Amino acid sequence: MFNYTFHWRPALQALPQMLQGTLVTLQLAILSMIIGVAFGVVLALMRQSKNPLIHFPATVWVEVARNTPALLQIYMAYFGLGQLGIRLDSFVALLIGITFNNAGYLAETFRGGLRAIPQTQTRAARSLGFGAYQAFTLIVLPQLFRVVFHPMTNQMVWAILMTSLGVVVGLNTDLTGVVQDLNVRTFRTFEYFAIAAVLYYLIAKFVTLGARLLAWRLFRY
Amino acid sequence: MFQTAFSLNDLWFMAQGAGWTLLITAIAMVGGTVLGLVFGVTRAVLPGWTTLPLGFFLDIFRSVPLLIQLILANSFIPILGFRASPFAVSCIVLALYTSSYCSEIVRGGVQAVPQTTRRAARSLGMTWWQDMTEIVYPMALRVMLPSWIGLTLGVMKDTALVGWIGVIELLKSSQILITRMQNEPLFILIIAGVIYFLISFPISRLGARLESRFREND
Repeated sequence: MFNYTFHWRPALQALPQMLQGTLVTLQLAILSMIIGVAFGVVLALMRQSKNPLIHFPATVWVEVARNTPALLQIYMAYFGLGQLGIRLDSFVALLIGITFNNAGYLAETFRGGLRAIPQTQTRAARSLGFGAYQAFTLIVLPQLFRVVFHPMTNQMVWAILMTSLGVVVGLNTDLTGVVQDLNVRTFRTFEYFAIAAVLYYLIAKFVTLGARLLAWRLFRY
Repeated sequence: MFQTAFSLNDLWFMAQGAGWTLLITAIAMVGGTVLGLVFGVTRAVLPGWTTLPLGFFLDIFRSVPLLIQLILANSFIPILGFRASPFAVSCIVLALYTSSYCSEIVRGGVQAVPQTTRRAARSLGMTWWQDMTEIVYPMALRVMLPSWIGLTLGVMKDTALVGWIGVIELLKSSQILITRMQNEPLFILIIAGVIYFLISFPISRLGARLESRFREND
């Protein structure tokens, strides 16, 4: 049936390189999540503002991030900013693209989460003598975190999968990039990418599992 | 003044790309929804452990980057001895990818219908099939439709990746133009972005409106 001989051995021998790439992938995903969460919270708060000068830019960011492909956003960071004289290497451009996307999606998640926390909580805190900042960080944020934890884990998995787009702008250090480098040297596309797929699957499962354990540890009563 | 080498012909080239984007989205959504309905209902109806293999299979599509799925399919189909154009490969992969998400939506929708309602239907003498089509379907639809619209938009944006295996859809066409004109990537990408936004934004508004209307009538 097959006119094709699978060569798994060279592909498996490249496993250490791929694992090295996996670290870069994780590094990218974690960085983009941390920065994305920070921006996401700020954007969600900005969208609550009545002042159009504050409200409008945040809305534009969120709608653009959610209504255009992630790959286009990465192109924007790589080619688009390049035209403006800001030349970024592909790692930074990918990071910017994914973070922009993440922040947009997370802002919507946080907005929904903020809505789930009753106003009375803030008022109760304020009447107990908390300042506005204290009430937000000590009362609202912890509850918000509980509500958005699950969507955030999903977003983390998304971020990991999105890092694979780096290869399109020439990143060759992350998992997909490493594999693509090996692929153009050997033309054993299927073997190499099959191993990469397994690795991505395992990462995604580990992250989900880790998040479940963490949620159990943090949120049990 | 602003000057550009971008001509109407180029815009037409990008519009054709957008046409391919829409066509692939439509095919993937039709295929994916049909498969997703079958998988989702199966998973909602049969006892949990019997559908574990199916659940595992579908989960793969959600845990492996779409780009890698496309590359794998594109290299595996020739290994099997079939010839498939990049377009066909992308349609097949995206349909399976869609079905994986769609099955979750369907399963959630079916499970959102209270057991008591379904038992009441059966007690009134409805058959299982009648229960499914007359009771479960209309009630589940309200839960499923907003997420399904979200999924459509997600798939539309994910079609941007099929450019990698050689389908000239919207983003690939703009990339070709970028390579050709060299010095104005920003302008071309903005046009591509605007086209994506024009397709996506009205539909996402529609989804949000449907959702709020469904909530009102609950």
